[in-house]
Amino acid sequence: MANVVIDPVTRIEGHLRIEAQVDGGKVSKAWSSGTMFRGMELILQGRDPREAWIWAQRICGVCTTVHAHTSVYAVENALGIEIPPNARLIRNLIAGAQHIQDHVIHFYHLHALDWVDVTGALKADPAATAKLAQSISTYGRSSETQFAAVKARVQKLVDSGQLSLMASGYWGHPAYLLPPEVDLLAVSHYLDALEWQREVIKIHSVLGGKNPHLQTYLVGGMASAVDPNSPNVINWERLAFIQERIKMMRAFVTDVYKPDVLAIAPLYKDWFGIGAGHKNYLSYGALQDGLQNDQAKFGFQRGIIANGDLTKVLPFDQQKVTEAIAHSYYTYTGSDTALHPYDGQTNPKYTGPTPPYESLNLGDSDQYSWLKAPRYDGMPMEVGPLARMLVAYGSGNTAVKGLVDGALHALGDVPAAALFSTLGRVAARMLETVYLLDLMDGWLAQLMTNMENGDLTIHDGSKWDPSTWPAEAEGWGFHEAPRGALGHWVKIKDQKIVNYQAVVPSTWNAGPRDEKGQTGPYEASLEGTPVADPTRPLELLRTIHSFDPCLACAVHVVDAKGQERVRVEVR
Amino acid sequence: MGDAGGLVTSPDLLSVAGAAPPEPTTENHWLQVALAHKGISRRRFLGFASAMTALLALPAAMTPQIVNALETKKKPVVVWLEFQDCAGNTESMLRSSNPPIADIVLDALSLEYHETIMAGAGAAAEKVLSDHVAAGDIDILIVEGSIPTADGGVYCTIAGKTALQHLQEAAAASKLVIAVGACAWDGGFPRLGPTGAVGVGDVIGNKPLINLGGCPHNVANTTATIVHYLTFNSAPALDQYNRPLFAYGHLIHDQCERRANFDAGRFVEAWGDEGHRNGWCLYKMGCKGPQATYNCPIVRWNSGTSWPIGAGHGCIACASPRFWERMTPFYGRLPDVKMFGVDANAQTIGLGAIGVVSVATAVHAGSVIARKARGRRKAAVAPDGTVHPTPEPTPEPIPAAPSDGTGTSA
Repeated sequence: MANVVIDPVTRIEGHLRIEAQVDGGKVSKAWSSGTMFRGMELILQGRDPREAWIWAQRICGVCTTVHAHTSVYAVENALGIEIPPNARLIRNLIAGAQHIQDHVIHFYHLHALDWVDVTGALKADPAATAKLAQSISTYGRSSETQFAAVKARVQKLVDSGQLSLMASGYWGHPAYLLPPEVDLLAVSHYLDALEWQREVIKIHSVLGGKNPHLQTYLVGGMASAVDPNSPNVINWERLAFIQERIKMMRAFVTDVYKPDVLAIAPLYKDWFGIGAGHKNYLSYGALQDGLQNDQAKFGFQRGIIANGDLTKVLPFDQQKVTEAIAHSYYTYTGSDTALHPYDGQTNPKYTGPTPPYESLNLGDSDQYSWLKAPRYDGMPMEVGPLARMLVAYGSGNTAVKGLVDGALHALGDVPAAALFSTLGRVAARMLETVYLLDLMDGWLAQLMTNMENGDLTIHDGSKWDPSTWPAEAEGWGFHEAPRGALGHWVKIKDQKIVNYQAVVPSTWNAGPRDEKGQTGPYEASLEGTPVADPTRPLELLRTIHSFDPCLACAVHVVDAKGQERVRVEVR
Repeated sequence: MGDAGGLVTSPDLLSVAGAAPPEPTTENHWLQVALAHKGISRRRFLGFASAMTALLALPAAMTPQIVNALETKKKPVVVWLEFQDCAGNTESMLRSSNPPIADIVLDALSLEYHETIMAGAGAAAEKVLSDHVAAGDIDILIVEGSIPTADGGVYCTIAGKTALQHLQEAAAASKLVIAVGACAWDGGFPRLGPTGAVGVGDVIGNKPLINLGGCPHNVANTTATIVHYLTFNSAPALDQYNRPLFAYGHLIHDQCERRANFDAGRFVEAWGDEGHRNGWCLYKMGCKGPQATYNCPIVRWNSGTSWPIGAGHGCIACASPRFWERMTPFYGRLPDVKMFGVDANAQTIGLGAIGVVSVATAVHAGSVIARKARGRRKAAVAPDGTVHPTPEPTPEPIPAAPSDGTGTSA
């Protein structure tokens, strides 16, 4: 038996530690530990609810916009505000751009190096690489000259003796299986994607002023004024600028990202059978095309797939959400049984080893993470692109069904159950990106039509003045962030926040065991993973990265002072 | 001084340049003057200036000694550490455009450690860091996120070691430390939480430090700072917070494209109203531009595409000291910003914003424990809803990076 520790897990957002036992070449047990804590929600208490989004957005800069988006929806839900159509369209355009950009960055810059050996590219024949590239895509930058230049660049890096970011990779690891030409192709697209991501995200600068950390959300709408005839706001020129970038998104996603995933995945087909975990999937649903809670018009459907049963989508009832802390560095006053978020408490109490330490305390009753353990009806749930695509698939979303079935066919007619895997997450993330392209076009067209028809409203100001608010109000905002289901709960009293809580995608996925000893999704999905060399645990990184961890989001504190909890009705 | 949409210039830089300054034709005028002073031609400068929006870069059109250094010497070793962070400053770095981030990663610098994007993980990654710490050969250490000091530092550990231990060891092995973003500079919003979060300058003793506040930092400024340091082996002129004057020396209000509307009394009165659609002044909607310094209106964001006021929302003063405490509530209106013809009044506020004002929460380097007990410094809110920011804290005596003598170093 070997003990494996990965700390830090890199190529993620935030601070994550994985410990695992390896028996007979496979992981027998795994532990997921978040090692950083800030305390955002506590800080929000007593503040103007209209500015909560500015603070909450700083929960994460990789998932920038998503907490701002969810926060304004929560306050609007509490105050009974439905935002004007233009504001909703602008929010959706921002959210869609975030998903698409973030998923591409994840694949090329955070995940690809688990599958692609950069040093393998040095052995590639540029002419053969060009031939391969042209056989799978019409992408323009696929010439022999292009690949020769990239190869020379990698060679120069290696020859310099200073490998920079590539210095400490597990190069030459036996689990790398790609032919050198595919390695070179992927390295070339790694570089191209770096260029692409900074260009397309200018959609955020136009609509939000800057990226990261956009600055145009408002409770009641958006501050991005629209007027086709004004030089100083969102006008035709700026809309055309956005349209160009949506075209760039479509070109890269359909000509590079999708063909690359479909070309690389079959070369690692074992990984369609590794990393499944609990096979429970949760999506809150999002991307409203109507009223805030009009589920019939969501771009992402709401529901639950349990035990891998795609034949039925269970309705979601937020009353069944609880958070356990049996293995987290917190205490609950009274008893330590799992609590609904409204009734939740967060009293930080570190019981881990004194730093510097070599190993966490991992006995059956030990705490080992700053993350809580969210559960739905007592069950651990995976959230994220795979959950969304499965819920949409099971709900009969025809566009998603077409994409998923097409991909299963392209991958060699693999069954849908193959999606319950490490590579299934990779494939679902790509398919979701494709799905969003048409939605982006639709939202932009709708915004243009509205402006053409003279609808320039971007904000409902009827409740902007806090004196118009009831003495007490409470609300729930939800969203599907790139990494999964995101919820914010807010309670307002006398025009101030008295309680605020976020339950976040990576808390669902990366959380520890609960009081019954049930593992979290990361932990469960690592069990059974083959490990060729415990000192170089590349295979563990593959499965962890397939979730796209975001630990800054995942660790949150609610209330160290035992204040009254929120009670909210789901509408 | 600059005016609406005008240039960022530094009188200090102009005076030390000696001879008649070149024509101010570029937003990087400060650097143009500095380069001229160093005998670098205008032609070379233009090539150089075009590359100033990139991060961590030594662009191809750089000065001869830099080109020479790139070709013949070791690439400068850069280590980027993340503590209580959101990776927003990392994302901002990835938006670097000219030269692109890929050129930096592969060709210009050796970014040996950066958790969010490095290939290695776990023990392999930590070995890279510990080797550089042991060798003491880190040229530039960049830090993102605050450092928790309460309860033995258990609120942020990496590889079992506290953020504080990582930072102090790495700083001791570095020639220069740069804090990027509000959290690394002064503790940011985590300062208000229970973890005893502080900024880099509070815990690294006598190490040369440059602070690049903002939420997040603007990569264009970070690049310019690094290029300056690598070109001249010194920091650009710094203010009393160890911030480069070129980026933090001037009021947003003075550089704002909407300033003419302020002077003419044209204000947005409600979100989406006619004034909002015409790009009028956001002062009445809570804009903190009259009390915030930054070159945000000039360099803008995402390769100069836009900035918050340009997109229709007021400034939140994210590059100002302790802005989360001093500038909230964000939708409260600043008091007494005089109208047209009383520019001096706005200027007085500006001097307050960048000048030495108060010793209200002076804390001393090294006395981290004492800091844990410090109070929050909320802005005062008057019955009419206006926000009266508390005076800025007096900075601690942390040494600045060695300056080139062209400005006022702390």
